[in-house]
Amino acid sequence: MTLYNSNIFETVRMIEKENLDIRTVTMGISLLDTIDSSGKKSRQKIYDKITRLAQDLVKTGNQIETEYGIPIINKRISVTPMAIIAAAGDDKDFVAYAKAMDDAAKEVGVNFIGGYSALIQKDFTSTDRDFILSIPEALSSTERVCSSVNIGSTKYGINMDGIALMGQVIKDTAYLTRDADSIGCAKLVVFANAVDDNPFMAGAFHGIGQGEAVLHVGVSGPGVVKSALEKVKGEPLHIVAENIKKTAFKITRAGEVVGQEVAKRLNVPFGILDLSLAPTPEIGDSVARILEEMGLAGCGTHGTTAALALLNDAVKKGGIMASSSVGGLSGAFIPVSEDEGMIAAVQNGSITFDKLEAMTSVCSVGLDMIAVPGDTPASTISAIIADEAAIGVINNKTTAVRLIPVYGKSVGEMASFGGLLGYAPIMPVNGFSSEAFILRGGRIPAPIHSFKN
Amino acid sequence: MKAIITVIGNDKPGIIYNVSKVLFEHTVNIQDISQTILQSYFTMMMLVDLTNMTTDFNALKSTLEQAGEKNGVSIRIQREEFFESMHNI
Repeated sequence: MTLYNSNIFETVRMIEKENLDIRTVTMGISLLDTIDSSGKKSRQKIYDKITRLAQDLVKTGNQIETEYGIPIINKRISVTPMAIIAAAGDDKDFVAYAKAMDDAAKEVGVNFIGGYSALIQKDFTSTDRDFILSIPEALSSTERVCSSVNIGSTKYGINMDGIALMGQVIKDTAYLTRDADSIGCAKLVVFANAVDDNPFMAGAFHGIGQGEAVLHVGVSGPGVVKSALEKVKGEPLHIVAENIKKTAFKITRAGEVVGQEVAKRLNVPFGILDLSLAPTPEIGDSVARILEEMGLAGCGTHGTTAALALLNDAVKKGGIMASSSVGGLSGAFIPVSEDEGMIAAVQNGSITFDKLEAMTSVCSVGLDMIAVPGDTPASTISAIIADEAAIGVINNKTTAVRLIPVYGKSVGEMASFGGLLGYAPIMPVNGFSSEAFILRGGRIPAPIHSFKN
Repeated sequence: MKAIITVIGNDKPGIIYNVSKVLFEHTVNIQDISQTILQSYFTMMMLVDLTNMTTDFNALKSTLEQAGEKNGVSIRIQREEFFESMHNI
């Protein structure tokens, strides 16, 4: 055996005790060939194409899970941004397109389908605007559809009119799903510098530069990294970084072998491997606890941004060496409701909204799954999105906002979303108005370093 | 196709016999085997070749799991390339 017994047990331990898992296999499907001047025909083609290409996705995922003995938590689908597909239809009943997606997702048995999306980083068409206004109804009247809107990029700047609109869309979505702690907002992401090939919901969509169909994999194992760090207690931080790199390497390889095999059996090309430390509300699966393991008494205290920067960078370095197709949002996610350590940090007051924002300048995505008071003004939500977009656009990274203004609830109360979405204490936001700033609209120009050609 | 079988649990006579019996009954060839007592736990690893097996992977897996339950040990079977890819550059 070229393998050592200790290696074998290490793998078994990672899966059994440290929650190493394949978080998601996501099949990206291009819907460009389903565009039709008849909306009805287009929706039929959408349904037919998704159910044809993804009919074996869940079954194959389950079989690989059995053979490799590693859990594959989610099987999902992402499609071409629907605002593009639906633009040519003779009816403008966009919600009907969301229902077609939802029906197809139910038929093939995936738990989420992403791509009820629009790309408006520079400006929007009138169809884009109508489409975006349909998002609250689409998310509240379907079960599995996820939506995202890209409102800025380093190349084109920030669409402030789009941001103003999104503040209201988030509020409306919260209201329409008020019976379930405004859960609709958990299925809606506002991006800057969105990537084409991200397998993680709710922001997954199949970019127009992608192929016909592709299989992406998202791997996660915060517990494995935490446990690896316990072995280097008190050691200097370059040792910590090295240790994370090696661990990330192993996690990535596990994802690579699973992804290649699923892709092969479904006869679609393997796309990217997204190596992300994506936490869950379970104990032992938390990114916040990794940061604390480095020596911080509470996640969010001074030093947290530095610790997160080290973690994010080391994860990427380990992953890059392990696979030639690392992509997506690889790095560390810092959602609040989905991370047991983050929830605790909010409850004990060690983390604040402002610190979360600072951390997003070095994390892999952004302000994620944060519950705020239901009476937060739309303009405040827009301003939070604008801040976050600015961090992404200026620093050439992806950023995103997934805020949940929980209708009818205020600071100190809890919102519960169920399952992997977890639960979150409602955090205060700054009470001073940003309305006049947001009302200006227009566009924040692309930064100087966008001129690279 | 090759697979790694790991067996962990409280030591008692007959564990190796019972696992090998299941493998023999399904024409699964054992290529390597190592067994020890680790922190008072019976710990065994096997590298097996499934090329000529007379059942399918899922059935073999559940038969092994049942044999494990009967003997009070936990038995896992996982495809070998999973470990290879994780631990070899």
